[in-house]
Amino acid sequence: MKRTNEIIVGLACVAVLAAITWVLLSVGDNMRPGVSPFSQDVYQLHMFVLVIVSMIGVTVFAAMFTSMILHRKSKGAEPSQFNHSTKAEIIWTVIPIIILVVMAVPATRVLIDMEDTGGAEMNIKVTGYQWLWRYEYLEDEIDFYSALDRESNYARQINASIEPQDVENYLLEVDNRLIVPTNTRIRFLLTADDVIHSWWVPDLGWKRDAIPGMVNEAWTEITEPGIYRGQCAELCGKDHGFMPVVVEAVSPEEYRDWVASMRQESVASQDTVDRLWSRDELMAHGETIYNAQCATCHQVDGSGLEPAFPALADNAIVQGELDQHIDLILNGRPGTAMAGFGQRLEAQDIAAALTYTRNSFGNDTGDMVQPAQINHLQRQPESDGSLAAATTSAE
Amino acid sequence: MTATTAHDDHHHAAPKGISRWLTTTNHKEIGTLYLVFSLAMFLVGGAMALVIRAELFAPGLHLVNPEFFNQMTTMHALVMIFGAVMPAFVGLANWMVPLMVGAPDMALPRMNNWSFWILPFAFLILLSTLFMPSGAPASGWTLYPPLSLQGGNSFAFVIFAIHLMGISSIMGAINIIATILNMRAPGMSLLRMPMFVWNWLITAFLLIAVMPVLAGAVTMLLTDRFFGTSFFDAAGGGDPVMYQHIFWFFGHPEVYIMILPAFGIISEIIPTFSRKALFGYTSMVYATASIAFLSFIVWAHHMFTVGMPLGGALFFMYATMIIAVPTGIKVFNWVATMWRGSMTFETPMLFALGFVILFTIGGLSGVMLAIVPTDFQYHDTYFVVAHFHYVLVTGAIFAIMAAVYYWIPKWTGYMYDERLGKIHFWWSTISVNVLFFPQHYLGLAGMPRRIPDYAVQFAEFNLISSIGGFAFGFGQLLFVWIVIKCVRGGKQAEARVWDGARGLEWTVPSPAPLHTFDTPPVVTENTEHSAYLQR
Repeated sequence: MKRTNEIIVGLACVAVLAAITWVLLSVGDNMRPGVSPFSQDVYQLHMFVLVIVSMIGVTVFAAMFTSMILHRKSKGAEPSQFNHSTKAEIIWTVIPIIILVVMAVPATRVLIDMEDTGGAEMNIKVTGYQWLWRYEYLEDEIDFYSALDRESNYARQINASIEPQDVENYLLEVDNRLIVPTNTRIRFLLTADDVIHSWWVPDLGWKRDAIPGMVNEAWTEITEPGIYRGQCAELCGKDHGFMPVVVEAVSPEEYRDWVASMRQESVASQDTVDRLWSRDELMAHGETIYNAQCATCHQVDGSGLEPAFPALADNAIVQGELDQHIDLILNGRPGTAMAGFGQRLEAQDIAAALTYTRNSFGNDTGDMVQPAQINHLQRQPESDGSLAAATTSAE
Repeated sequence: MTATTAHDDHHHAAPKGISRWLTTTNHKEIGTLYLVFSLAMFLVGGAMALVIRAELFAPGLHLVNPEFFNQMTTMHALVMIFGAVMPAFVGLANWMVPLMVGAPDMALPRMNNWSFWILPFAFLILLSTLFMPSGAPASGWTLYPPLSLQGGNSFAFVIFAIHLMGISSIMGAINIIATILNMRAPGMSLLRMPMFVWNWLITAFLLIAVMPVLAGAVTMLLTDRFFGTSFFDAAGGGDPVMYQHIFWFFGHPEVYIMILPAFGIISEIIPTFSRKALFGYTSMVYATASIAFLSFIVWAHHMFTVGMPLGGALFFMYATMIIAVPTGIKVFNWVATMWRGSMTFETPMLFALGFVILFTIGGLSGVMLAIVPTDFQYHDTYFVVAHFHYVLVTGAIFAIMAAVYYWIPKWTGYMYDERLGKIHFWWSTISVNVLFFPQHYLGLAGMPRRIPDYAVQFAEFNLISSIGGFAFGFGQLLFVWIVIKCVRGGKQAEARVWDGARGLEWTVPSPAPLHTFDTPPVVTENTEHSAYLQR
């Protein structure tokens, strides 16, 4: 009689708990299957493990609730005297081990598959910076930066005039997307320049840390054209939440067209370095570069965020010797968040940003910096190991 | 408490007022100090959590800037781990271990005083960094370099504070081990010890093993930041990933330091309110020891995404999965203890049952996180945040709440308000699930952790989570009120507060007089204190 009761109540508990679990699993978001064979393997594995652990949970909780319903003092339950059972203890040691093995086998298979980064048809080097990404296509020799798009950047400010809801893909859009061909086995080489970042696009099925001084590998093969969005996943400082990753997968033909157009732009940019720029050109381009590269720390109006990020308005270096200012921009300042931009930006970008900062926010040095001047410094052989020495000797 | 001082007429007159608390070497008074300190830190850390949840209430930055947000996530973790959870367990050990093993006091009473009084200063230093020009640490409680090395001079204060906390923990652990190994009542063999004592003994060894590792790791950060070394700087031949290995070699045992005493508490409470002996006492002891051992060989599961060799990833995956076996044994044994018992549902039992269910949910998501390929998706997302808050809030904190309700009549001599206690339980349990369950969805949908602002698609579940957060946070003020009310008075508690309770602590009067077991009790096979084995 007692046992029959327990079985009936137990089954009822299983039914109720299974229903609750089913509701919990269906009302919220789940992992996305993604768009590469690997991401789909990961999704299948996730669902497999999720179902198993849910079943374990339902079973254990059903036993608990059965006991709570039937074995209560208020119902006159008398406590039994048993306090151990070798048989039961062996059963609930062995069964979990079997379940774990059942989960470990497919997990091992997927992991081995994933760690094999050979056979790549193209290689992309990804470098994390505070707080943007650099993409270098090693075969196609394309190289650019990818940062949070301007509209999201305005909307994210405290007391912004635009609401996040009004921005399409708020915080998940960049100025330059990573364009990749579909159905191509792509190997990613991930590293970082300053602190640890983590490159993550959920639809590709993995994230991988980008660590200064190390190169990590991962691969993907995207089967469906489309735009896939992700974010930096490793805390990397104040704007960790504001360095999205956007991958645009296009057909291999469209990809070739894109590569060709990027090549043309690159030739055009060599001309731009060599020619003399007008003050208006430098100021206009400088404002764009400043807002994209500098304003997250030093603020759009140059007021900075003291004490970590100095104001540029009325700043001794910005208003002081040009050489020192150039040196700081090219090489950064070790031990602070101020990175060196010498290897990060094109000569005309640095020249324009320097011109802009030295003649904005109330600064009035009248200085004008030409791209060719910066280009010259960037190409100096590192005679005694520092660009700083090269800067002074160039004068 | 003051009423009990009159009782010890054969001792020197205790100093009055503040100097009584500053100079006390009594395990009960020091236990009280620990518990009060821990409650204060729980509220401070909780306030920081509310700043986080308030900022995440809606997309867009509204209240704080990202830098301060990062300071809040970092400080919330440090304060909760080192200020709330660990001192609460040490406080419970101070109060209960001597009472449970029949000892007159802790083995090293003066060191006991010192190990507590370091803590307020450590946290004064840590919290003061919030007001320093370069701000509080903002690189997450894990203090990963190179990011942590970008902090200003206040970083030195943080490291000093962590050193102090480590010293305090190690001294506390030494004291607990010395007490348990040397001061048990005659006849109380190791396998007659209460489970709470067993679990604390193992925890104390974990503390002694890993706190120095943390001290070493943060000292290397200190010299990297201020003295030009490059332990963790790749440009100088160091390795930023090495820090993570060292940190998690501390960090994973630390996770169990925060849960093993909780297991011990639950193993005390469930038998009491089931009126039945703990099922599988010996296997519980072995399970705890196995978990402690395994905790040393699974650390790298916190860092599967740093890029490790396939063999390494597989090893850490398998080792981590194996932890599910002894943990499972514990859960099954608790259920078997309840099975065909005679249960009542007073507040301590409610919190203990809440613990078993909600901790198990956290354990099950832990199994999911152990699977390396899927961890590549879960890692550093809100799924992880949900997971460790299930094991820490509804695990560790719920167990501490259960312990307070269970033993507070022994401490104060008064019963707490049962009706308010039940309200506190239901309010906390419902709100904590509203708070943390949706975070599983957020992680699976792709929301990274430690971000101050998020894409609009994450808005709904963040809103729900924040509402749950405020409900849970302010709900704890009720707990504070229940404790204050119970200290001030109430129904007189009997020596054996709970009719199903066994163990030496229930043989002394309530409130427990300042000095107990001046003459050690004798434990034999036939005294009911061996009833941990059979009842």
